Amino acid sequence: MKMYFFRRVFATLPVIAMLFGKVLAQGGMYSTAAGNTRFSSETPLENINAENKKSQAILNTANNEIAIRMNMRDFVFPNKLMQEHFNENYIESAKYPTATFSGRVTNAPDYSKDGQYDVSAAGKFTVHGVTKERTIVGKMKIEGGKITISSDFEVPLADHKIEVPQIVFVKIAQIISVKTQFVLMPKK
Amino acid sequence: MQLLRLVIILMCSTTVLHAQDDLLGELSKQDSATTVPVAATFKSTRVVNGHSVETMKKKHLDFRISHRFGTLNSGAYQFFGLDQATMRMGFEYGLTDKFMVGLGRSTSYKVYDFFGKYKLIQQSSGARNIPVSVTLFGGTGVATVNKELEFQDKLYYVAQVLVARKFGERLSLQLSPTYLYRNLPLVSGDEKLLLAVGIGGRFKLSKRVSLNGEYFYTAREKNTLSAPYHDSMSFGVDIETGGHVFQLHFTNSLGMIEKQFIGETTGTWGAGDIHYGFNISRTFSFDKNNKRKKSTDQ
Repeated sequence: MKMYFFRRVFATLPVIAMLFGKVLAQGGMYSTAAGNTRFSSETPLENINAENKKSQAILNTANNEIAIRMNMRDFVFPNKLMQEHFNENYIESAKYPTATFSGRVTNAPDYSKDGQYDVSAAGKFTVHGVTKERTIVGKMKIEGGKITISSDFEVPLADHKIEVPQIVFVKIAQIISVKTQFVLMPKK
Repeated sequence: MQLLRLVIILMCSTTVLHAQDDLLGELSKQDSATTVPVAATFKSTRVVNGHSVETMKKKHLDFRISHRFGTLNSGAYQFFGLDQATMRMGFEYGLTDKFMVGLGRSTSYKVYDFFGKYKLIQQSSGARNIPVSVTLFGGTGVATVNKELEFQDKLYYVAQVLVARKFGERLSLQLSPTYLYRNLPLVSGDEKLLLAVGIGGRFKLSKRVSLNGEYFYTAREKNTLSAPYHDSMSFGVDIETGGHVFQLHFTNSLGMIEKQFIGETTGTWGAGDIHYGFNISRTFSFDKNNKRKKSTDQ
């Protein structure tokens, strides 16, 4: 009786192993917490750039869902006074600490094949507490078990109720261009 | 045994389902920024006259021009004080994000002043909750107006422990215990050592405008023959416009360095000895790394 029990358990083990394998392969979660997001405001008078090296992203290759999240306080400006003003006056980080995107990759490639693909993602884009439905176009590179996602897009300040006062010495563009790059690794 | 298999299958599938449900929730769980430092307790390195807990960030230069005009009660002939002006020019630089040094030159008594300021404790919230910011300030200066004096006699020393707390987005308050030592006081018979406590604060009226106030209580008898002085009280408005901060204020002190506004304030608010003044602060970034990165971007 005892022998029989053990045999059954051992017989089940491959099933468990297979199941986990399947979960990993099928529900393949790819993520990073060190994504790069840069934005720039370009005017004839002044160009302002900032960079966030701690942007988070997660992609579920099973259903093509994707989510991106970053802390506004992690944006680093060359001029620290500007950084303070960005947090205090423009983006109001204390009230709206993060920017997020949550949606679905619409024309997903075959994740098992290496290569570079043009993709787009549709979903909810939230900055400064204002959510917009957006479709963001980008590139996806699959190589050696890593998925690299990059995208350039624009954010009009008015869309997200980010006010620029009339009397500022620093000129700020009404439309901010954003560049992102995420190198996603299989999630442990 | 069939049942066991079923349970395992169910367990695995529910975890997968759960993760698919809310990817954003998954990301916020992994958020590393659990301790958030409280930024911008004050808009600048000064409350009004006195230093605030703020320091310049690494490789950032604050070029500061401060003016104090004559008293408002000097009448129309003196254009209510605007005919006379004293000024201080200052260059103040962040060596690290926590340590800054500065030097300045005041027209009043031709003083060269030097200081260092170190941010010891940063108020923060989250995983590590620290209720206050603490900054140490130390300075010295040489009053060069009287050439006859020995160098030693031209010196003064000042030390402060600045303790501040930002109560929400709008209100910040600061306590500034002060030690001031003059090798040779201006009036003979005045004590060399002066202890004082400053209390200051700011209230944000809008995102870019704040109302500031400050009072220094000095531990001595006021308005005596050997020390014909009063406590310093100042009110001001900070307006920030990008890289500049404008500070406009009304104060009964003429000087812009600790020795003068804490130790040698002769006017009183009651008598109308009020000086209009303003500081213009312009920040320059000398961060080479960022500059290089910037140029490759373009």
